[in-house]
Amino acid sequence: MVLSTAVLETQFTESFKEKIAGEKDAGMRRLREEAFAVFTEKGFPSQKEEEWKYTNVAPVAKEAWKIAAMPAGFSSELDEDAVRLLQKFDLERNGFTALNLAFAEVAVIRIPKDTIIEEPISFSLKGESGNAYFPHTIVIAEAGSKATLVGVYDSGDNVFTNAAVQIVVEDNANLTHYRVQKDAQTSYHYGVTEVELGRGSVYNSTNINLGAEISRHDIDVKFNATGAEAWVDGLYMLNESQHHDTHSSIDHAVPNCVSHQTYKGVLNDHSHAVFNGKVFVRLDASGTDAYQQNKNLLLSNDARVDTKPQLEIFNDDVKCAHGATVGQLEDEELFYLLTRGLPENLARNLLTYGFAEEIINKIGVESIKNELDEIVLNRLGTEI
Amino acid sequence: MEIMLLEVKDLRAGIEGKEILKGLNLQVNRGEVHAIMGPNGSGKSTLSKVLAGHPSYEVISGEVLFEGKDLLELEPDERAREGVFMAFQYPVEVPGVSNSQFLRLAYNEKMKHLGQEELDPLEFNDYLKEKAKIVDMDPQFFKRSVNEGFSGGEKKRNEILQMAVLEPKLAILDETDSGLDIDALRIVAEGVNKLRSEDNAIILVTHYQRLLNYIQPDFVHVLADGKIVKEGGKELALELEEKGYDWVKGAAR
Repeated sequence: MVLSTAVLETQFTESFKEKIAGEKDAGMRRLREEAFAVFTEKGFPSQKEEEWKYTNVAPVAKEAWKIAAMPAGFSSELDEDAVRLLQKFDLERNGFTALNLAFAEVAVIRIPKDTIIEEPISFSLKGESGNAYFPHTIVIAEAGSKATLVGVYDSGDNVFTNAAVQIVVEDNANLTHYRVQKDAQTSYHYGVTEVELGRGSVYNSTNINLGAEISRHDIDVKFNATGAEAWVDGLYMLNESQHHDTHSSIDHAVPNCVSHQTYKGVLNDHSHAVFNGKVFVRLDASGTDAYQQNKNLLLSNDARVDTKPQLEIFNDDVKCAHGATVGQLEDEELFYLLTRGLPENLARNLLTYGFAEEIINKIGVESIKNELDEIVLNRLGTEI
Repeated sequence: MEIMLLEVKDLRAGIEGKEILKGLNLQVNRGEVHAIMGPNGSGKSTLSKVLAGHPSYEVISGEVLFEGKDLLELEPDERAREGVFMAFQYPVEVPGVSNSQFLRLAYNEKMKHLGQEELDPLEFNDYLKEKAKIVDMDPQFFKRSVNEGFSGGEKKRNEILQMAVLEPKLAILDETDSGLDIDALRIVAEGVNKLRSEDNAIILVTHYQRLLNYIQPDFVHVLADGKIVKEGGKELALELEEKGYDWVKGAAR
C-alpha cells in the first residue's frame, strides 16, 4: 500500500501511541515523546536539505510500514550510562534519527574494564517483508578493554531498517567494529553510528554497504581526549538502481589524535553513490594526523558518484591529507593480467575484486570475510 | 624441418603515430637464448611490447609468426596462452589480489587452453612452493597482493616466478636487470638459467652487458634506430661494452 506522507505520519502516530503506552520508564517516555515531536516537525529528510541533496528517500516515506519487534533477546535493561547516552543521541540530526529514538529497542553491551573478549560480539537482523525495525545499540567499552563488535543487517525484501549505534570507547580501550549491510535490494536502510573516544583508545571500523535499494549511513567520530586513534573505512558496491550515501564526520577537538579513512566504491549499471566526508581539526587539536581518501570505480557509463571530502583545519601544527578519485580500471593493470593469459572479462573482474578486497581484507572474522568475498564474486559473476 | 618458434619479418611499428621499429628481422628457434641490446630509444621496449600485444602500440607493416602462425592477430591473453610471456620492466602492482590467487588463475587458464587438468588451491600451493625455489622466494609472498609493497628485486623475482609457473615457450625479459643490485641480479639470472631448456627460447632485452655475464646468450643482436644493425655471438656483447653504442650507431645511419 502506498500512502501520502501526511497519512503515514498519522499512521506512525497510532503506532507511537501503542509504543508509549507500553513504556514503563518515565524518563524513557519523555525522551520518546520528545523524539516523536521532532520527527513530526521534521518529517522524512528532503532533498532541499544540504545534507540530503543527492538522496531521495520519498520511496521510504510513501510505504505503510508495520512497526516490528526486534528478535527476542535483543533488548536489555537500561542502566544510568545507557540513559545518559540516549539523552545525548543526536535526534535532531534528521527525521530518521528522531524516529529511531521514538521507537527504539535498546540493547546495551558493556565490555568490562581491562577485559579482553576474544569472541566477536555479534548482532544480526533478518527483517521480514513489510516491517520497519528500530534497533538502537549502545556499546560501552570500558577502560583498558578489548573487543570486536559485529553488526550484520541481512533483511529480506521490502524492509525498512532504521538502526542506531552509539559507542563509547573509554581510556586505552580498543574496539574493532564491523558493520555489514546486505539487505535485499528492494529494502531501505538508514543507519547512524556515533562514536566517542577516550584517551589513548583505538576504534577500528569497517563499514560494508552492499544491499538495499536506498541506503544511507551516517558515522560520526569524536575525539574526547588525546592520543586516540580511529580507522573509519568502508566499501559500497552497488548495481542496478541501488543508491547508497555515506556521510561521515571526524572531529579532532583535542591534540594528538590520528584518524585514517579509506572509503571505496564500486558502481555498476545505473547505481548512484554519495560520499561526504567531513574532517574537522579544531583550534586546540595540534599534532593531529588525519588522512581521508575516497576512491570510486565506475564499471558502467550510467553509474554515478557524488563525492565531497571536506577538510576544515583551524590549527597549523597538523598532518592532513585527503582526496577523492573517480575512474575506471587502469589500462596497465589490465594489460599486465592479460599478458599472463587471463581472458579480458576475468582480468577485469579480478581487478575489481582486488579493489574491493582492500577493504574486505580488513575484516578479521573469517566467516564474515569469506561470505563477503563470495558476494563480491557473485556480483561480478565470476569465480576465483 | 621443424617450424621456427618466432619469426619477425620486416616489422615496422610505433606508438602515437611515431614509427620506432623500422624494418626489424629476427629469427628464434627453440633452445636458444637471444640478447637484444641497444641504446635508449633504439626500440628495444617497443619490440617487447609489440610481441606481447600492448594496445598502445601499432604495427604498420611486417609479420610476426609464432610457430608458423600469425601472432599479431591474437589478443594479448591469447598470445600468453599460446606460450608467449613477457617479464615487465616495471611490474604492475595489483592491490587486493594475492599472488597465489593470481598465479593459480593464470595457470589454470593455460591448462584449460591445453585441455589439461586444472589445479585446486591446495594442489596449486604445492606446485607453487616447488617453483618458488627457483627464484629463492619465501612462500610468505604468496599471500601478499601481487607486487604491492615489493622491492624492485622482489618484483623482478616475482616475474621470473610467474615465468616458472606458466612455462612459456617464448619468454621475453624486458630490461629485467634494470634497478637490481648485484645479489638480486644473480638470483634472477640463476632462476632464468634453471628455466632455460631445449624446448623454450628466451629473448633478453637489455641495455647493459652485465646481465649477460650471468645468462650466456647464443646470439646477440644490436638494435639502433629501429633496426638490427649488428649480430653475432656472446662475444659481441663484450665488444659492445668496450666500444660503446656509438660504435654501432654509425651503422644505423
